Amino acid sequence: MSKKLFDKILIANRGEIACRVIKTCRRLGIRTVAVYSDADDGALHMRMADEAVHIGAAAAAESYLVIEKIVAACKKTGAQAVHPGYGFLSENRAFAAALKEAGIAFIGPNPEAIYAMGDKIESKKLASKAGVSTVPGYLGAIASTDEAVKIATDIGFPVMIKASAGGGGKGMRIARSADEVAQGFSSATNEAKNSFGDDRVFIEKYIEQPRHIEIQVLGDKHGNVIFLHERECSIQRRHQKVIEEAPSPFLDAKTRKAMGEQAVALAKTVSYDSAGTVEFIVGPDRSFYFLEMNTRLQVEHPVTELITGIDLVEQMIRVAAGETLAIKQDDVKLDGWAVEARIYAEDPLRGFLPSTGRLVRWRTAPESDVIRNDTGVVEGSEISMFYDPMISKLCSYGKDRETAVSTLSAALDETWIAGIGHNVNFLSAVLDHPRFRAGNISTNFIAEEWPNGFGGTELPEERRNAVLAIAVLVHIRNELRARHLGGKLGLPEWQPPADWIAFLSGSEFPLTVSDAEGGCDIRLKKGKALKVRSAWKPGEAFFRGSVNGQPLVARVAGRPDGLRIVHGGAELDIAVRTPQAAELARLMPEKLPPDMSKYLLCPMPGLVVSISVAEGEAVKAGQALAVVEAMKMENVLRAERDGTVKKVNAKKGDSLAVDQVILEFA
Amino acid sequence: MQDIIRQLEEKRAQAREGGGRKRIEAQHAKGKLTARERLLLLLDPGSFEEWDMFVEHDCTDFGMAEQKVAGDGVVTGYGTINGRPVFVFSQDFTVFGGSLSASHAKKICKVMDTAMKVGAPVIGLNDSGGARIQEGVDSLAGYAEVFQRNVMASGVVPQISVIMGPCAGGAVYSPAMTDFIFMVKDSSYMFVTGPDVVKTVTQEVVTQEQLGGAITHTTKSSVADNAYENDLEALAQTRRLFDFMPLSNREKPPVRESWDPITRQEASLDTLVPPNPNKPYDMKELIEKVVDEGDFFEIQPNYAKNIITGLARIGGQTVGIVANQPMVLAGCLDIDSSRKGARFVRFCDCYDIPIVTFVDVPGFLPGTAQEYGGIIKHGAKLLFAYAEATTPKVTVITRKAYGGAYDVMASKHLRGDLNYAWPTAEIAVMGPKGAVEIIFRGEIGDADKIAARTEEYRQKFANPFVAGHRGFIDDVIMPHNTRYRIARSLALLRDKKLENPWKKHDNIPL
Repeated sequence: MSKKLFDKILIANRGEIACRVIKTCRRLGIRTVAVYSDADDGALHMRMADEAVHIGAAAAAESYLVIEKIVAACKKTGAQAVHPGYGFLSENRAFAAALKEAGIAFIGPNPEAIYAMGDKIESKKLASKAGVSTVPGYLGAIASTDEAVKIATDIGFPVMIKASAGGGGKGMRIARSADEVAQGFSSATNEAKNSFGDDRVFIEKYIEQPRHIEIQVLGDKHGNVIFLHERECSIQRRHQKVIEEAPSPFLDAKTRKAMGEQAVALAKTVSYDSAGTVEFIVGPDRSFYFLEMNTRLQVEHPVTELITGIDLVEQMIRVAAGETLAIKQDDVKLDGWAVEARIYAEDPLRGFLPSTGRLVRWRTAPESDVIRNDTGVVEGSEISMFYDPMISKLCSYGKDRETAVSTLSAALDETWIAGIGHNVNFLSAVLDHPRFRAGNISTNFIAEEWPNGFGGTELPEERRNAVLAIAVLVHIRNELRARHLGGKLGLPEWQPPADWIAFLSGSEFPLTVSDAEGGCDIRLKKGKALKVRSAWKPGEAFFRGSVNGQPLVARVAGRPDGLRIVHGGAELDIAVRTPQAAELARLMPEKLPPDMSKYLLCPMPGLVVSISVAEGEAVKAGQALAVVEAMKMENVLRAERDGTVKKVNAKKGDSLAVDQVILEFA
Repeated sequence: MQDIIRQLEEKRAQAREGGGRKRIEAQHAKGKLTARERLLLLLDPGSFEEWDMFVEHDCTDFGMAEQKVAGDGVVTGYGTINGRPVFVFSQDFTVFGGSLSASHAKKICKVMDTAMKVGAPVIGLNDSGGARIQEGVDSLAGYAEVFQRNVMASGVVPQISVIMGPCAGGAVYSPAMTDFIFMVKDSSYMFVTGPDVVKTVTQEVVTQEQLGGAITHTTKSSVADNAYENDLEALAQTRRLFDFMPLSNREKPPVRESWDPITRQEASLDTLVPPNPNKPYDMKELIEKVVDEGDFFEIQPNYAKNIITGLARIGGQTVGIVANQPMVLAGCLDIDSSRKGARFVRFCDCYDIPIVTFVDVPGFLPGTAQEYGGIIKHGAKLLFAYAEATTPKVTVITRKAYGGAYDVMASKHLRGDLNYAWPTAEIAVMGPKGAVEIIFRGEIGDADKIAARTEEYRQKFANPFVAGHRGFIDDVIMPHNTRYRIARSLALLRDKKLENPWKKHDNIPL
């Protein structure tokens, strides 16, 4: 390893991945250059780098995707190599070629490998040639039902009959027997003809409860390729990965080895010389089939790094500099378990609509031996509409899966995001789901468990009781503090009473409290004793302590008449009352939330800059409806819920009074 | 004696029954608690001492001699809120509809007089059909006696009104003169004349809720400060508000123990002000990150939202916060926001509550509506209030401080004690564009020249230095240090002495 690595590397990316690459460069003593668009002026990646070059407007097509600008930035700063991160130009052959021409090293695979693997059909052909298993199927035209049955029998049941021109599930049939194939073939053909005007169908093996498991490979320019085990990424929502882990709870050593060897074989056919990922679909019988190869650093690479102890970015830099891989296959360890949760600025309660704006709050568990937080934003950063709305990849590490998952779940309890919508509660709900805990997952997991979307989660009884205990302790400590104001009458000190009733969404939980060292002991009238202990002091946003010896973190906030406690992905509104107050509380009428009228009103006198919707248009909650300028400031008015625009009463240039109707909804 | 005690118990039991089981049930059916139930929630358990439980009215007309209920429709006395004394009256709608008789008024006057004497606040829970018509002018006299005491107590002891049922006619003027009015949504209303009279006189058809409900008064008229969902919430929040206040003008505001360090830095505030001067940001984020524990009691949150007013604590000490809100009307001053701000500033000054002002103000709102409405005199109220205030005044200019509005917002010139500016502050007569169009009127046709002049003006004034050179600001502070710098200032000013010249009273432009 006598050859010197690069002096200066430019990172042709933004956000968390740019920050992550910079960290490794710093450790290796390599200077870094960031590039940034108008929208990223002042962003974390720009501040972390030694130098930063402005490369254009906010839209990626005018900045991060412009090859010439990146090359020019390299020349200007004297960067000898470029790390492309993921997305943007990372799998762009022209970019790799342009860099080559300019004499700048590309920290990624050779352009031919990018090209070969970028083409779906080409890559499948290469895979077959390399002896990699692909989904069995028959791509040719099928003339008759008999032929269909024969083909299906050859492939093995179940099979899927699909329209060649299809999409959206139309003309798609799953068949588990010869009879079903016969039936399905004719109906799929008919449907395909009616839907697409093309009755051609094909048959392939149908994999039930499929899992997405991928193999990390690493190659150098000297023909060495190794695999760094697998990652399971089955927890997906509409093909977007949500939770990833390494290793997979499903693979045995034999399958792991077989998959790893096939991945290496495929990589070798294209002289793969960087970090790459070979994706497989895996059936319940551990049969696995090649899907595609990603010729870049994968978003979820941290979980592999955590279990192997290998810094993939460092390896990419080293092999790009021409070094021979110092790691042999036998050196690659598989030590412990790692899980990653992708924290996104998207609101599960509003159909996972991306949410943009200022991160008013963004705090999470501190980084440690067991917590890794790959983020590109800090509290006060802006989540821009121009890019992927990722806030963080929060990863945990543990000796086994149970430990790693629990650690990550606890870290999510310590996460506080405000100002924009986010999916933290959803992630908690997934991690705490019994099916997930059991490892009984597939790519259908989210669709099966939340078929109608995520509408919040409910805690299991034991955890709910723990939260009740927290609320009681918080309430009593708040009350005790309030009684320490000056100016009191010289009356006896207030002693918290023993009997209380906790109100939680319409249910009542009578309980008794007794003082205990470091907290209190609570006995629910119906249920077990709860020993709650904590050093929590009034005003602290987080409760850290334990209930019955079980460590617990929860966020605590006030409400007009009680508390809100956020824990385990659930937000519980709890009021702790004396029996007397409880009696009066029961007299309060239940109020339905008011019908937030069917109008979009102008919130201030101002000038209409634009109306972004038309009559009859369906709008989603959070969607921009109009922009009104007042006192030279542009205010974006957004839909509060899903609906349809019935009437537009204002147009661009109109001057509106406050509360004037801009839109009417159906 | 045993006999007397037995009689006493009987009388007490009768008084506690108020208007009887049936009326109590009717009250509950309306989602309302009774006068006594409300006091149970407002005061510390067991702390209430009832006075004048045996008072009855003296009216003999219209068969009233036969209808007497011990207490006569109002429960009065004193108790504690978190151990601190408070005088209370709670009108009992189950007794004669809570109507105000001479005896009823006398009971209220008695607690008010005592409150003044001992220096403790008065909280009134209003739920009354109005004057006891059977008593005629005696009832009116009763109102006036209460009014007079409201005025005398104003600025001596804090007065809070919670409207928890009807409050109509002359009755409205007592709460109107207290420091804060809370209302309960859907079950309370206030108006001078009800919908029936309105219809007769003006032909307007309007419901009680539209005319004088909680939403109307907290969003349109600004008569009430805050609205709550039910009795429970309203009373819990009244307790919370009470904890911010001194008991009287004879003592300092209370200090609450806090573990939130005054040295807490908030790095995110360094990016609060967007680079584009025309982009709004939420001033509430600054307030919540600066004050103790993010605990901010906003007053009038739904009225004149271009100015934010409310109570908070810094280093445990109560402060009044006044801030322009760039999210609404760019944070400009107009008639409504000036009135809202002025009244709040004067409340704080009454009780020596330090005022922390956050400034981002582009000026006064232009237009005929504003001029015809008298923005000159209404704007002057805020100016007057700040100028006369002798309580500690700490001001932070976050961005724009333009024109006369700069002067108004607790500037150095109005005896601001410590005036800070963030590096993003722009203290100028007006924005660069407007200024250039006046100074270089002759060059308006030449876009390039104007652009150059605008840039020149921006360079010169879009920073805190010009004001700094003149000592109009004491220091430029980093946003992340704002909490610490304010906390230090308040500690320094704790024993500030400043007195206005003797006068009978001033003549604020009402």
